[in-house]
Amino acid sequence: MNVATGTTRRQIALRAAGIAALLLVTALTAVALQPIRAPTHEQLFEIPKGTWARRMAGARVEILPAELHLTLGVRDILVLHNLDDVPQQFGPILLMPGQTFRMPFTMAASYQFACTAHLSGQMSIVVEPNPATPWARLSWRVNNYLRSGRWS
Amino acid sequence: MLRRLACSLALLCSTALPAAAPAPPTAADAALIAGVFTPPRAAPDFSLRGSDGRTLQLSHYRGKVVLLAFGYSSCHEVCPVTLATLAHARRKLGAAASDVQVVYVTVDPERDDVARMHQFLALFDPTFIGGSGTPADLAAVRKQYGITVTRHDTVDGYVLAHSSFVYLIDRRGMLRALMPFGHGVDDFAHDMGVLAKEKG
Repeated sequence: MNVATGTTRRQIALRAAGIAALLLVTALTAVALQPIRAPTHEQLFEIPKGTWARRMAGARVEILPAELHLTLGVRDILVLHNLDDVPQQFGPILLMPGQTFRMPFTMAASYQFACTAHLSGQMSIVVEPNPATPWARLSWRVNNYLRSGRWS
Repeated sequence: MLRRLACSLALLCSTALPAAAPAPPTAADAALIAGVFTPPRAAPDFSLRGSDGRTLQLSHYRGKVVLLAFGYSSCHEVCPVTLATLAHARRKLGAAASDVQVVYVTVDPERDDVARMHQFLALFDPTFIGGSGTPADLAAVRKQYGITVTRHDTVDGYVLAHSSFVYLIDRRGMLRALMPFGHGVDDFAHDMGVLAKEKG
């Protein structure tokens, strides 16, 4: 009697685990199959006003992440906007106060820049390929969530 | 009391407003494939020795679209690709090609004198103008444009890793856009065409 009850419970637990796994796989597949929608292809980064002055005063101000991530077909236009009172340089991009630079990327690659907006003087722009397959979309969504805290 | 409340609200609103949003690109800028500066600034001028035997100044080409790039004649990877692309793109423009001037400034004053630049650029397009000068003069130009150069010694000399962007300067001498390495002939021809159609 006890053995039979134990077997039944194990079977029920196994079935429940199976159903849960199936639901998880279904949910992941549904998420993965959905196309990634972005309201804009632009990824805006701003250098706040007073950054240079705060640096001169000795503050360790880090404005932009050392590595900027873009994805082809989703968010593939880099927008840099200098709100500071002095020019800021991102490699070959010298931005005057108030100036904006818009750069559409069409090739997946890692671009290295010398950059005065960073304490390290270095900035990387990582342009990732378009997540075309369901697995790539799921992977992109997870990575994007880990980086930005937003689910797309 | 009401006035004070209104003033407080106005102050609160003004401080809560987000920072000025980036200006949207103009229709002409939006048509460009290259990365665009909004608003554009005047392209920093310089005075170097030109491969045509004259003084090379950007202001001499006011009224033309200028494509400005930096490189060196011993470069085996990036520069030949860039120059061949620019030459091909310029030929695609047909009659409008005469409105476009390519200026190539050396990052290697040790080896690139104007005679060598002339010989090198003629391999791609005889209308291309090269610029050379003293190391100090060239360093000053690079600084104005944010160009970086790193020397790597090799068994038989050295190579230079350098920025490989191409700057697009309009007929008024304004630095309008910047094309990263990797874009093809059609992209360059497109943007040259867009700028060439603008009035000076």
